[in-house]
Amino acid sequence: MLCQECGKRPATLHFTKIVNGEKTEFHICEACAREKGELIPGTSGGFSIHNLLSGLLDFGPGGQAQGNKSPEHLRCEECGLTYSQFSKIGRFGCSSCYKYFNDRLDPLFKRVHGNTMHVGKVPKRVGSHIQVKRKLDELRKELQYRIHQEEFEEAAALRDQIRELEKNISAE
Amino acid sequence: MTKLRFTEQPLSEWMRSGGKESEIVISSRVRIARNLQNQPFPMLATNQQSEEVLNQLQSVLEDEQMEQFGQLSPILLAELDELDKKVLVEKHLISPNLAGESRSGAVFISDDESLSIMVNEEDHLRIQCLYPGLQIEEAWEKATSVDDIFEAHVDYAFDDNRGFLTSCPTNVGTGLRASVMMHLPALVLTQQINRILSAVSQVGLTVRGIYGEGSEATGNLFQISNQITLGQSESEIIENLYSVVMQIIEHEKSSRERLMSESRLRMTDRVMRSYGILSYAAVIDSKEAAQRLSDVRLGVDLGLIDNLSVQVLNELNVLTQPGFLQKKFQVSMSPGERDMYRAKLIREQLGK
Repeated sequence: MLCQECGKRPATLHFTKIVNGEKTEFHICEACAREKGELIPGTSGGFSIHNLLSGLLDFGPGGQAQGNKSPEHLRCEECGLTYSQFSKIGRFGCSSCYKYFNDRLDPLFKRVHGNTMHVGKVPKRVGSHIQVKRKLDELRKELQYRIHQEEFEEAAALRDQIRELEKNISAE
Repeated sequence: MTKLRFTEQPLSEWMRSGGKESEIVISSRVRIARNLQNQPFPMLATNQQSEEVLNQLQSVLEDEQMEQFGQLSPILLAELDELDKKVLVEKHLISPNLAGESRSGAVFISDDESLSIMVNEEDHLRIQCLYPGLQIEEAWEKATSVDDIFEAHVDYAFDDNRGFLTSCPTNVGTGLRASVMMHLPALVLTQQINRILSAVSQVGLTVRGIYGEGSEATGNLFQISNQITLGQSESEIIENLYSVVMQIIEHEKSSRERLMSESRLRMTDRVMRSYGILSYAAVIDSKEAAQRLSDVRLGVDLGLIDNLSVQVLNELNVLTQPGFLQKKFQVSMSPGERDMYRAKLIREQLGK
């Protein structure tokens, strides 16, 4: 089979791309593949998740509509990455980018993950207060439920437990 | 340069044992992405910063708790030639990304090659655990305990709301990518595969080729992995993947049974033709090789071929990759020559 790009060299790379059940096949030679830089597993500069993401970032909701700070002026003070650079390459420059771009991240995460909040593993050293916070949230929910059920004795015990935890947090 | 043990042998130690459901599930892999606080991500790091990150992470290897994972050999990517890098990628010990563009990139590989820890890939730290068969929970257990050891020594970039912060927004939260490599010839033959794969994508999972993002599924091998890393706990992610994989296994098994009861003769013919071609062909390209190997593997699984082991086929899957071929014959090859050497190697292996 000849390369479908140049029609001269034999096709040595065969790709099948399936997007939403739609199948596209490519048969190209190495030279053309390199030129196109598309879809070659294991090479840099190929089409990747980052290209796809930057598509998402470019016209995300809350872009122009919200009208406050335009994304071009948003910039991470720590590493210097601007939001428009971020939306082009689809990668953060440092952990502080998350802080500086925070206002714009919810719609992005919502689209990629369907969620915006982490609920998984928490590092033991840095995150001990988070575990307490999660515990508190749980207890408060339980408290609401008990009150609703008019189980006041249990509710009182829960209230004391919550107070105790809150005291510990403020003591830190 | 000293010979790199990891690139001499095609089959990692971990590949030698079968693992659960090994007729259909080739391997289970877990990868955790982590970054250090107060250092820019590798993409923006200066050479000096990358080196600092490497030194900091490499020093953690000295923690005596690391001993439980056996000897971990640190390998600097800068000290490898291109061919060795290619072979490590083909064995899934490093990512194409680490091989291609990392600065101060390094990998720590355990003796049995089931654990590989990448430094200065897209993220500062990527802990990867690979097990044969369906052992996704076991792989997670191991990866998370390695993670704990690192966490005891270095400050991770972590945010109360967003979780572990990663360079790419698709990894934020748990930083966890769990994937299972499956051999699904009967679902492909009975044309059910697309339906199943699109169902898979509805439940937050994704299907890739065997070399990750953007690579094609060759030889009926499919890699199923989680897409979502934020808003689900690690155990939810693992359980979700596990239960979907179990369902796919059931479908594949019943399709195999149906094929055997309805068209045993044609199946036997298909398998034996492929076996014949692999045994005698003089030139074979990688796509055909993968397809024929898949047929033969199915033949072994179904008991149609009894003088071959799955291990030989696992080995051939790696051996017939371009990098490994060149490593094996110690010559550089044009694609045409590769097809000749590939055929030669397969003949030799099957003739054993």
